Amino acid sequence: MNKSVDNLSKIKRSLTRRNRAEARFQWYGRVAIFIGLAAVAVLFIDIIGKGHGAFQATYINLNVSYDQELLGIENLSDPEQLVMGNWDALPKLALREKFTDVSGRRDKRRLYGLLSNGAGFDLKDRLLANPQLLNTTESIWLLADDDIDTYYKSWLDGEAYAARLSDKQVVWIDQLHEQGLIHLQLNSNLFTRGDSREPEQAGIRGAVMGSLLTLVLTLMLSFPIGVSAAIYLEEFAPKNKWTDFIEVNINNLAAVPSIIFGLLGLAIFINFFHVPRSVPIVGGLVLTLMTLPTIIITSRAAIKSVPPSIREAALGMGASKFQMVLHHVLPLALPGMLTGAIIGMAQALGETAPLLMIGMVAFIVDIPGSFTDPATVLPVQIFLWADSPERAFIEKTSAAIMVLLTFLIIMNTSAVWLRKRLERRW
Amino acid sequence: MTQLKFIPAVIFAMASISATSSMARESIEVVGSSTVYPFSTVVAERYGRASGKLTPKIESTGSGGGMKLFCSGVGTNYPDITNSSRRMKSSEFKKCQTNGVKEVIEVQVGYDGIVIANSVESAPIELSRKDIFLALAAQVPGAAEGELIDNPYTTWKQVNPALPDTPIEVLGPPPTSGTRDAFAELALEGGCKKFAWINAMKKADKNAYKALCHTIREDGAYIEAGENDNLIVQKLQANPAALGIFGFSFLDQNADKVQGANIESIEPTFESIADKSYPISRPLYFYVKKAHVGVVPGIEGYLNEFTSERAWGEDGYLAEKGMIPLPLEERKAMAKNTRSLTPMTGNEALK
Repeated sequence: MNKSVDNLSKIKRSLTRRNRAEARFQWYGRVAIFIGLAAVAVLFIDIIGKGHGAFQATYINLNVSYDQELLGIENLSDPEQLVMGNWDALPKLALREKFTDVSGRRDKRRLYGLLSNGAGFDLKDRLLANPQLLNTTESIWLLADDDIDTYYKSWLDGEAYAARLSDKQVVWIDQLHEQGLIHLQLNSNLFTRGDSREPEQAGIRGAVMGSLLTLVLTLMLSFPIGVSAAIYLEEFAPKNKWTDFIEVNINNLAAVPSIIFGLLGLAIFINFFHVPRSVPIVGGLVLTLMTLPTIIITSRAAIKSVPPSIREAALGMGASKFQMVLHHVLPLALPGMLTGAIIGMAQALGETAPLLMIGMVAFIVDIPGSFTDPATVLPVQIFLWADSPERAFIEKTSAAIMVLLTFLIIMNTSAVWLRKRLERRW
Repeated sequence: MTQLKFIPAVIFAMASISATSSMARESIEVVGSSTVYPFSTVVAERYGRASGKLTPKIESTGSGGGMKLFCSGVGTNYPDITNSSRRMKSSEFKKCQTNGVKEVIEVQVGYDGIVIANSVESAPIELSRKDIFLALAAQVPGAAEGELIDNPYTTWKQVNPALPDTPIEVLGPPPTSGTRDAFAELALEGGCKKFAWINAMKKADKNAYKALCHTIREDGAYIEAGENDNLIVQKLQANPAALGIFGFSFLDQNADKVQGANIESIEPTFESIADKSYPISRPLYFYVKKAHVGVVPGIEGYLNEFTSERAWGEDGYLAEKGMIPLPLEERKAMAKNTRSLTPMTGNEALK
């Protein structure tokens, strides 16, 4: 009697202690999650704070006259004449007509510095698209130089950065601002152009296309190879020392630093097979090597999670082993395999190190259209911009990071969604 | 089974690619120095846009890596041009020769200044190369002549009484960087040979001299900040007591954040680097494979664009990007040499 009361009080005492331990543990968990979320929030705030400016660009309104004689062109359909055409003269003349009191070589150079040096080519594209404009005058918004863009944005924010500008340029911008001839508008160049060394003309289209081509090839190669390897190892291969050895090696490969795959790719694909450097083919092959272990491991896990009763039932009904795998195991394991493939692709999308060795860290202006065109990828573009001296590339870098993060979020969300949607639980 | 079907397919695909790649290449391939990269990319872009042809592809591999690729052989699998932030070494020239790259055209394009800067929030600093050597070398001369001691200095005032009493804290590039090599050669060695007995050592024992003059201390006073110069600028902003080492174009772009130290009373400006009065500046080069001219389309056009006054002249667009041009006479001679595709003779004074 006495003893049982004693036990009960002991249990009661220990119960409060155990409850407190559990509450403490839950709090540790909450704090850990809070720290994680706070880190992500800081990252996002910092990147969006730095990068939001890049989605707008400064434009200046000028009256441009497409004077045939000034251009030195007789026939708009003659490509030779188009190359020789004096396109830079158009924006220069427009600026001189706007600021008639500017004279002297130095001042004129500063005046021309208001506009992007690509303005002449932009006008060329416009004239080619609208040949009837020849010998007419129109009022048009032209892209400003990156220094002007940085100054104008910082000035609108109240902290003018004029170190790269001359006093006269500041006065000119003031005048334009008073007349409403300078403004910010959507920076479409960011999404329609390839890389450029002039920040105002630089875009991520080339890198996005490069990433797309590379990933398509990676998926086309690594998914079938990875899935068939997983099926063979799980369903057909005998369980012996050799398959254990292979399993250890696959798990090892998943943990190998990705630069090693780049070195391997350089040795095999470029030096031995003479695949050209810097093209999506070689990038896709190297990333295939890198994502294969991930896909094999997740596919094997997905196959393992299909209950043996399904296999036994199929075999019992007289299906061959191959039919059993193809008709029953594979469809049931496919959602898990797809999730693994998407996670593998997301990993490949964010990779730069292996691409360094195979020449995809390069300055490429032309937008790649096929697997054999020189290309670069999004993370490499971010790396190259982050390394550039021009101030205006800082916001471009953050903008490109935002685009990359968007792609990653979409891919990872779709992996979660697919799993929720297609997964069957037993 | 499926697996077996794929392997021959992949091999076949690669074989067919390699077959097409050994034929003509449409665009120029440039590799090499990350210092020359920002300039050659501008030229490539202008050339591509103006001519309407494919824009040359430019990889930033570092000077040494570029030379290795460039000198591997002749043919469209190898690059046409390599950029370099130092002159080709005689060992590299020999390697080129043995691999069949017989005719190489050398083009010096201009100069790059290396600056030592601090945050604009702190007082500007005046340094001499001797101060830099004493503050940053691993070993410095002791009290007696010929004696070497491990660098004992912890503040700038100990190095030179005229300097402020702040700890020595310098952010600079890691050993893999060309900027670091150039900095060691121009600034450290420049200060090192001010000691007469060390200068005498140069003839007696060249290796010991080089080890002494080029080795940077590793006790925490010199902090390796990575290859990214923008990062160094940001770190200087956060820590006004520190100094940073980086290329002139980054000083030029961030004049509101950092200021360059005067070296031997010379301010690092565009003009002082161009007239060579600023002591820490290095020449920039690129090298062209003559065998590829006429085979890969556009090389001559690219060379003409690079060596035109509107590109590398005093008012050219490369100067706008922070490259310091050659003097006019040298530019003219270099342009003539380049356009006539005159290769190196092998008698140049290469190191």
